[in-house]
Amino acid sequence: MLERLLILSAILFCIGLYGALSRRHVIAVLISVEIMFNAVNVALVAFSRYVTPAALRAAGEVTPIAESTLLAGQSFAVFVIVVAAAEVALGLALVIAMVRTKDSVDVTEASLMRR
Amino acid sequence: MENAFKEFAFWSLAVVTVLGAFGVVRTHNMFRAALLLVVSFVGVAGIFALVNAEFLAVVQLLVYAGGVAVLVIFAAMITSNVTESNSSTRAQPFAVLVSLLLLSALVFSVVQAEWSLLPDVLPEPLAAVFVDTPAAIGRLLLDQFLLPFEIAGVLLLAAVIGALSLVRER
Repeated sequence: MLERLLILSAILFCIGLYGALSRRHVIAVLISVEIMFNAVNVALVAFSRYVTPAALRAAGEVTPIAESTLLAGQSFAVFVIVVAAAEVALGLALVIAMVRTKDSVDVTEASLMRR
Repeated sequence: MENAFKEFAFWSLAVVTVLGAFGVVRTHNMFRAALLLVVSFVGVAGIFALVNAEFLAVVQLLVYAGGVAVLVIFAAMITSNVTESNSSTRAQPFAVLVSLLLLSALVFSVVQAEWSLLPDVLPEPLAAVFVDTPAAIGRLLLDQFLLPFEIAGVLLLAAVIGALSLVRER
């Protein structure tokens, strides 16, 4: 089960990477990055459910530490979701600012800072 | 019986998620891409529900399929009068190469690694951890991960202020 979840996560991540590298539309690049965030969350949740925490392996029984480390992956995923939400809000604000100043949504034309 | 259902649910959700994501990066219509993105997000939420992450499944639906999707659809509509097709950049062959290389490296290392795995059906004391995950995650966030939790709040505030100042009319 862990392997197939991780492979699903890898496939999603690579689809997102392909989109982020190859698309011309700014919003397409942004949502490709969102797909990559999602892939990472799938991997984190899979690790949290299927990989034995080191604390548990050492103690051999359920200790409070082991209990909290079992859900650490899911807590990390919560933070990833928060960061992704902040990223998409800022990114779309940038897209709107870019449409205002350049009247274009083409990433290859966003070259104000290139010399 | 339950196992067969879980297998079926996993494979159908995985296919829906991957096809949705692939549609997002292939379609040239941004509005359609945003709708396919919602399909992919809902598939990921289902997968979360399958692996004992009910809280994350609900958050995924609320934040991604709800909030992020609405934002993206609005942005796609606001910018839709800018007539430009979503064609590929010149970097496309390079992008295909990099993604396929990374994919094969990831799959190879996943298959090769020797995992120390928990069993599919958890023993009694461990199963209790995954029964009430929202409460347990809440305790973790306010105890062990308190500092990251506060920083996440500041980050959201900064993002809101930054977004407002970026789109303000001058």
